[in-house]
Amino acid sequence: MCLSVPAKVLEIDGELATVSLGGTTYKASIQLLENVNVGDYVLVHTGFAISKLEEEEALETLKLFDEYEEFNKMLDEEEEKFRKSDKADSE
Amino acid sequence: MKYIDEYRNKVIIDKILEEINKWSKQRIKLMEVCGGHTMSIQRFGIPSLLPQNIQLLSGPGCPVCVTDRSYIDHLIALCRLDNVMICTYGDLIKVPGSTSTLERERASGRNIKIVYSVLDALQFAGTHKDLKIVFAGIGFETTTPATASAILMANKENLSNFFVLSAHKVMPPAMSALIDEGVQIDGYISPGHVSTITGSGIYEPFPEKFNVGCVISGFEPVDLLQSILMLVIQKETGKAKVEIQYKRAVKPEGNLKAKAIINQVFEMRDDWWRGLGILPESGLGISSEFEKFDAEKQFKVEIEPTREDKGCICGEILKGLKNPKDCKLFNKVCSPYNPVGACMVSNEGACHAYYKYRRLEL
Repeated sequence: MCLSVPAKVLEIDGELATVSLGGTTYKASIQLLENVNVGDYVLVHTGFAISKLEEEEALETLKLFDEYEEFNKMLDEEEEKFRKSDKADSE
Repeated sequence: MKYIDEYRNKVIIDKILEEINKWSKQRIKLMEVCGGHTMSIQRFGIPSLLPQNIQLLSGPGCPVCVTDRSYIDHLIALCRLDNVMICTYGDLIKVPGSTSTLERERASGRNIKIVYSVLDALQFAGTHKDLKIVFAGIGFETTTPATASAILMANKENLSNFFVLSAHKVMPPAMSALIDEGVQIDGYISPGHVSTITGSGIYEPFPEKFNVGCVISGFEPVDLLQSILMLVIQKETGKAKVEIQYKRAVKPEGNLKAKAIINQVFEMRDDWWRGLGILPESGLGISSEFEKFDAEKQFKVEIEPTREDKGCICGEILKGLKNPKDCKLFNKVCSPYNPVGACMVSNEGACHAYYKYRRLEL
């Protein structure tokens, strides 16, 4: 029921937009959103665009992984340091 | 397709799984409360990728599944009136009422149309002045603004033959009710599209009051696994909180315009949920200002006494207490071709998802 799909806005005519869902075009109402422009991606649900997709935020998921990688590297380095200092202590 | 393919990337999925395996030490129970999530989780085989200590449960997130049988009976009573046309989303058509379904009524000649959008129903009302169009308004916060907009448009156009029978519901009361009932959950995989409208504020009480984390998730495998990872990290670090994984679509404040429209047209009321019973302030009725569009008030019909099927355990499945495979009707008497309970009808119901993707392993 709450299925929504990302669609690209191709044309705007007042409160109605023509959107492309992977190449198939539909009419969707954009009355629930502000500042929709041609070229934007929106989530369409039961004929209404309910949210604008943010490119910058979309990349965040992928960016996060570099952060995780760095975080892991840091943890690994820390562990290595502990191991070394443990070794030094026991010697 | 943009915004889909990159969230199905195997390399990223492997990385997240590695992270999950690294972090996850304690047993943890996570519940998804959106039918779309139920479907995606089974479709992409997410449970089979996770370590055994992570258990995923399906909650009351499919609006068709939680709706009272008497609502279907009410629609059936309305469709039997002269000059009435019922417009409904396809999800409802096969849902069993007490003695009939909308599909069976349509086969016997009643005027029932499946629509993709409430706007189609509105258009019918404009072009078929001789008919009274009743739209079956069902769904959570994602769907409610569409119905509300249609009522406002009908009001503006002075349509006197457009009506809505509302079964709209709001999500948080059901999420609280489950915890109050003692269902053990460490975290909620929170509904992504509901949250595009509501924002993240509605989940704040869960970490505060119940120490249950909430991560608002998207619907692709990367989204779901990342949300699971976030909830695992919350559990392992002992910090339950509200986080948004689905940032590309959900803003903390939600969709203010849509929220304002809902508040203008609807008002809160107590409502009945399958498995949970009556929950205070969990449903949305049409406010008196717009009562001329309210099918409940505008049509006086006799609704047959509600009859539930014996043996169906949809109620317990919706609470995460039982699994579809625990039901003795599953894949025997009950299948998508002959559904007994709503969870098998809706393609977002837990039983339907299990039937489609996992029945061979049971």
